[in-house]
Amino acid sequence: MPAESEVTWVEPAKLGLFEQLYLPIITDGLTTTVKHLLSVGSRLTESYPEQEPKLPPNYRGVHRLNKDEQGRTKCVACYMCATACPAHCIDIVAAPAPEAWKDREKYPETFVIDELRCIYCGMCEEACPVDAIELTTLYDLTGLSREQMIFDKEKLLSVFDQTTKAGTDPVRTRSGALGPASEAPPV
Amino acid sequence: MPEFDWLTLGIVIFGVIAVVMPTVGYLTLSERKISAWMQDRFGPNRVGPLGLLQPLADGGKFFLKEAPIPRHVDKLFFLMAPAASMCTALVALAVVPWGPTQPPVQLVATVTEAGTPAPTADAVAKFEEQVVANKKEFKGVILPGLDIGILYVFAVGSLAVYGIILGGWASDNKYSLLGCLRSSAQIISYEIPLGMSIVGVLLFTGTLNMEGMIDWQAKHGWFIAFQPLAFLLFMTSVYAECNRLPFDLPEAEQELVGGYLTEYGSLNFGMFMIGEYTHMITTSLLMTVVFCGGWSLFGLENLMADSVIWNGVIKSGIILAKAGFFLVMYQLVRWTIPRFRFDQLMDLAWKVMIPLSILHLLAAMLVREFNLNNWVLTGVSVALFLSAGVLGVLFGKGPNNTPRRRVVKRQPELAAR
Repeated sequence: MPAESEVTWVEPAKLGLFEQLYLPIITDGLTTTVKHLLSVGSRLTESYPEQEPKLPPNYRGVHRLNKDEQGRTKCVACYMCATACPAHCIDIVAAPAPEAWKDREKYPETFVIDELRCIYCGMCEEACPVDAIELTTLYDLTGLSREQMIFDKEKLLSVFDQTTKAGTDPVRTRSGALGPASEAPPV
Repeated sequence: MPEFDWLTLGIVIFGVIAVVMPTVGYLTLSERKISAWMQDRFGPNRVGPLGLLQPLADGGKFFLKEAPIPRHVDKLFFLMAPAASMCTALVALAVVPWGPTQPPVQLVATVTEAGTPAPTADAVAKFEEQVVANKKEFKGVILPGLDIGILYVFAVGSLAVYGIILGGWASDNKYSLLGCLRSSAQIISYEIPLGMSIVGVLLFTGTLNMEGMIDWQAKHGWFIAFQPLAFLLFMTSVYAECNRLPFDLPEAEQELVGGYLTEYGSLNFGMFMIGEYTHMITTSLLMTVVFCGGWSLFGLENLMADSVIWNGVIKSGIILAKAGFFLVMYQLVRWTIPRFRFDQLMDLAWKVMIPLSILHLLAAMLVREFNLNNWVLTGVSVALFLSAGVLGVLFGKGPNNTPRRRVVKRQPELAAR
């Protein structure tokens, strides 16, 4: 409790004749509301199924696995994303990279994300040293069964094709290479 | 005493109900649409084209949902309350004109005081002729020629509060009870200016019959011009009577959950809603009939006076358009003015509206007594209104008597920054 010396008492301002007459003020209010009523152009609602929302590029939706210029998975199976994941929804099985791939030792044999367990926090994206995993702006994620919602490598790579084709690449990809190990995706 | 042909009466009642019920439904839609547009939204637009079938969907849902009756309620009164609310609203419609009307035939005195000439046989014959002619005319009102007219509407309309009180009491719930108590206090307070504002009109028309009131206004001019203050008081009290914003304290969601509606669901709730919106329709028609000249519109209504059908269509159109304007006004005001606090509500009724209505009535009596020009009353109305404002400025206790607020002084070093 503040002491009485610290307290000031404020009186609200007195009402003038206009306010005391009620009517002019009410007319004023009515003018404002009727203006809004008649301004058809200023409707803010998006009619969702017909009108898709325009999401910011840093939106965190469905994951995708990025490909490099040769169409290979960028992922080097380092397990950083699986380790960072607070929901433990990423399951990777690593295998030795083919002989022809000189730049890496391992590649993911399987790469599975349980989209139902995922909390879309984006920490896998932050952890990835080669910008292989990214969250896209795809938000309407649905499935008929739990099995359908477990995305494997092919599915995640197809999300890459889909979003690149639609021109809705996430903000990281748009901003170019981020680390020494990463490279810009094909344009 | 008017006589009624039961078949015609039945058809007219059926017709009126068949129009009023869908209107109530579409009023809920327009309420939602207008609120949405005012808030830069679209409003319901999924059911049918432009959402026009929304009321049907709402009604179907009301019918098909389970009607929950909590175990702790007083079952009889709990079920009676919505019925009371809806019935009183519908019954009040019986004498309100919605189309062309004729004033009831002036009675001829058969017993006269000594010294005044007795009515001739001619006068009696003429009277009976007029009665027969009057019977043949089409009248846009369920019970034409009812002499207590507006008194009946007020009597039945005030019964609507029983629905609220019964509902709140029978629900056996603190929120419901608080809501219904507020409502009873509010409606009883606003009943006084409501009745008082009408008396000034009755002094001039000399009849309580609504057809007579329209007739007077068609001949002399609308009361909204002669008694603007009475109209203002009437409109404000009617908003309070209908429990519409800014006077919707009985169901103030923020304080009372749903007020007296808290325990109601499905069609029980729907009946309360129907009652409320029917009340709105009735009062809109009342404002039209009592203050805005009913079907009269500067002589335009008589363009097709010889054709019965066109006469009916034009006059009904005019009166319904005016009532429609007031209905839209209800909704515009609802989404413009915030709710009153309860003490402000009581202040407005007892300290402002009741004194004003009494003074206005006094002025009307003086004008009538000394046979002054009707426009004198307009001036008095405006003067009373302005002087109320001036008095408010001179002697008002700040904006709406808000309590003084404590504010902690900022520390000097913080203030210096």
